[in-house]
Amino acid sequence: MTQPVLEVDNLHVAFPSRQGRKYPWSPMNAVRALNGVSFDLTKGQTLGIVGESGCGKSTLIRAIAGLNKPTQGSVKLNGADVDYDNRRDVLNLRKSIQMIFQDPVASLNPRMTIRDIVAEPLTAFRTDLNNTTRLEKVRNMLDRVGIAERNFNRYPHEFSGGQCQRIGIARALVVEPSILLCDEPVSALDVSIQAQVVNLLQELQRDMDLSLIFVAHDLGVVRHISDDILVLYMGSMMEKAAGKTLVSAPQHPYTQALLSAVPVPDPNVQVQSQVLEGDLPSPLNLPVGCVFESRCPKRASICTTEKPVSQDIKQSQVACHFAAN
Amino acid sequence: MTLLSVRDLNIRFTTGDGDVHAVNNVSFDLSAGQKVALVGESGSGKSQIALSIMGLLAKNAIVSGQVMFNGNNLLAASNDELNQIRAQKIAMIFQDPMSALNPYMKVGRQLSEIVELHEGLSRRDARIRAIEVMEAVQIPDAKRRLDAYPHEFSGGMRQRIVIAMALICRPQIILADEPTTALDVTVQAQIMHLLDDIQRDMDTAVLLITHDLGVVAGFCEDVMVLYGGRMMEKSKVGALFKSPSHPYTRGLLRAVPNIHDQTGQLHAIPGSPPNQMNAPTACPFAPRCNDVIDTCWQTLPELTGEDTQRACIQPVEALS
Repeated sequence: MTQPVLEVDNLHVAFPSRQGRKYPWSPMNAVRALNGVSFDLTKGQTLGIVGESGCGKSTLIRAIAGLNKPTQGSVKLNGADVDYDNRRDVLNLRKSIQMIFQDPVASLNPRMTIRDIVAEPLTAFRTDLNNTTRLEKVRNMLDRVGIAERNFNRYPHEFSGGQCQRIGIARALVVEPSILLCDEPVSALDVSIQAQVVNLLQELQRDMDLSLIFVAHDLGVVRHISDDILVLYMGSMMEKAAGKTLVSAPQHPYTQALLSAVPVPDPNVQVQSQVLEGDLPSPLNLPVGCVFESRCPKRASICTTEKPVSQDIKQSQVACHFAAN
Repeated sequence: MTLLSVRDLNIRFTTGDGDVHAVNNVSFDLSAGQKVALVGESGSGKSQIALSIMGLLAKNAIVSGQVMFNGNNLLAASNDELNQIRAQKIAMIFQDPMSALNPYMKVGRQLSEIVELHEGLSRRDARIRAIEVMEAVQIPDAKRRLDAYPHEFSGGMRQRIVIAMALICRPQIILADEPTTALDVTVQAQIMHLLDDIQRDMDTAVLLITHDLGVVAGFCEDVMVLYGGRMMEKSKVGALFKSPSHPYTRGLLRAVPNIHDQTGQLHAIPGSPPNQMNAPTACPFAPRCNDVIDTCWQTLPELTGEDTQRACIQPVEALS
């Protein structure tokens, strides 16, 4: 098997918090946003990450990009460990890992023309280029995402949401990264525009041999674009499987509940959505056992005492004591 | 029995750059117990229609047409008259529960205030009613939660409170403006389930404004599709999903990725939403339509048909 472009092993992220301390001078508490997530990303593949808000989807990809520091675990890029404390390492990382964001308009500097916005990564990372070649690259990239040259001197507010997301994609891809991290790139867009952007991403992925990590809460979109899907809940991995397997034969009770809640655009399909009862645990004080225990329809005493380890069941990796039956 | 009848509704907004034609010649009826969806993308005017019914349009709006409710035209009603109707007869659920609630007020007070004002209940009775309605929307431990502030609730619980606020006077009509858009799918399923139960119990008419076709399929009986402020198609939910008759509806349905049926590329609708600075003289969807013919650029199609009404000059058979 070929070497994966990105190997994430047992990644933890915790944020210090003042909440829940006894005294002001007590040590900081930790909000444990991400607890031991591992996966490999193969070249040209797409990994989808799904979960509810607050489950750590964004924290995970921001940690990979070096925007928040992992507290434990390792990230390997092309087989080499990334040291997030080393500034040079992080800068190097950004030549190969780029990111697009949820709010297309807010992620572009309103005081820069789109030509300057797309040229900026090149100024930062490709100091070997002269002005002409740089602008040539910018022109090609913007042309590739479907922005006409007469618009290059305009500012972000003059474009629609869909166009701004295209510009964001151009800015990310102009340095020819090998991995593109997508943080809810289409959730702010209308359905008809969403499909345009998803198609564009898939085309560019094919042409540039990109690997994508695609975070979204819309399971339909994630299923469409991803090869593998990883399901997160309270910062822990619940299940990981090929998209098709995950949707047709979900093994984890959380995945089953999540899938049953997705509305189907067909009135003849009677959806029996499984309503989850119970409360979410606090990330300040995570349970000893399974994080999903408080809402799980299958819970038993073992779930409160023992944390399930990820095991291979059929073609899925599942973290549940009862997944096998 | 028709409760609400909207006729030839036009909404324009005067801006420094000229008039924005947000809603153009929209007509529809809402009967008791009916669940109707109003579907459209951002800027299609769906929220403005709901706001005009409630008399909540922005100051620079120019409205014409009629919104008839109990023999009154709500568009011509004074604020005092509208206050007799708002919450008691017609209530609205807003999209963002955090900004629909007052962060400085305990939720119990926000609920009881409504019945004190509209039904003249005493503080104590209003408080009891607030507990009842919070229990009805399944907020656990309602008695204690009455004294909590909005920020102490999760998004789903906050939306339940907003729904409770809409229900507290037992209105005949609920206008639900994207009630689940800000929520996770698991919570969305709970909220839609709840809304369905309550609607059946109280025989309320619901106008559900949304862009999510999945939610429409699961909840509504009738559906109206808006584009560029104009009604494109009006039909039964079953018929619309089975055989959409308008090119825009077809495009919209094809653009949604179906989780169980994954075949190749998504069918995007090319182009971008229309500029509504000028009064429409041609079909607003023409620039993005696959089946466009010359006459599409010259005539403004009217909504015609019996069971399924559509605004397209071409017959269904001629569409690709």
